[in-house]
Amino acid sequence: MKLVHPLMKYVRPGAISTATCTGCGDGIIAQAVLRAIDELELNIDDFVFVSGIGCAGWIPSPFFNADTLHTTHGRPIAFATGVKLARPDREVVVISGDGDLAAIGGNHLIHAARRNIGMTVICANNGIYGMTGGQVAPTTPLGLKTTTTPYGNVERAFDLCALTDAAGASYVARWTTYHARGLTRSVKKALTKRGFSFIEVISQCPLQYGRRTGVGNAVAMMKGYKENSLSVKKAASLSEEELKNKIIVGELVDKDMPELTEQIEKLRRIHE
Amino acid sequence: MIEIDEDLCKGCEICVAFCAKDVLEMSDKFNKKGVHPPLVVREEDCNLCGNCMLYCPDLAIVVAEEEESE
Repeated sequence: MKLVHPLMKYVRPGAISTATCTGCGDGIIAQAVLRAIDELELNIDDFVFVSGIGCAGWIPSPFFNADTLHTTHGRPIAFATGVKLARPDREVVVISGDGDLAAIGGNHLIHAARRNIGMTVICANNGIYGMTGGQVAPTTPLGLKTTTTPYGNVERAFDLCALTDAAGASYVARWTTYHARGLTRSVKKALTKRGFSFIEVISQCPLQYGRRTGVGNAVAMMKGYKENSLSVKKAASLSEEELKNKIIVGELVDKDMPELTEQIEKLRRIHE
Repeated sequence: MIEIDEDLCKGCEICVAFCAKDVLEMSDKFNKKGVHPPLVVREEDCNLCGNCMLYCPDLAIVVAEEEESE
């Protein structure tokens, strides 16, 4: 008997394969999102997936058999805000990379978090501009040698979770591709959350990050995530020095705040 | 039981590295993409943890409990 992958029913017919390179973490993120939808028994036709430019923009589009919006560079959250305001009944999910959401689209990210608009943003953070040839990104770790920083990166990296937390997001979590089960759990929680949810996924780019910086292939990078990550609970008792170069994984923020489309609906009812 | 869709595989070897029971090994043959897909060599050791399925970036591996045939 031939087994069929339980998530294949969500894959667009004709999109026979993921668009990513060998060992890319984006495929693991795609699978985690689809598994969360499958486990919650939600209808994928109620979703609108919005993505931008970059490797991670290819996670939902054209791979997911749902409404997808592949937008201009850095603007997926701006487009998603429009979709959510026009159709508040739709579940809006933004899946894009760190270059798209944190570099060129950084302002959209913080303002969506400030407005607390009901959408889920999943950021595949590979710490580099993978698609364009491995240039330094605002999320590149300090000291890393990339194509454009041959003597090492001298700029500090963005802490995207702290950024969205400070801007006012309702739910913030960080995982790596090694923590695929935790990631699925967080996506499930984010999808059921009313306000703005942000999930940062530290993801491997074996070609532009692993190969150029000498970290190694996809397996070596994922094993590195396993060794260098700490849970939120464990990290709370450690000093700043001990947490240097460590990835803190888990749920960082989970609170209930008034959601934007609900507030607008309330206002509309008062003035009707 | 484990089933591998060999033509979806891109040969990243994540499934082989993260199998706790060393059930999988890379094969010598080539698939349509020109890479070596993994091979199930010790299926009796598999404890159905599903790590290979969970980590496969290309949805090429399915792990399921064997259905009893009548």
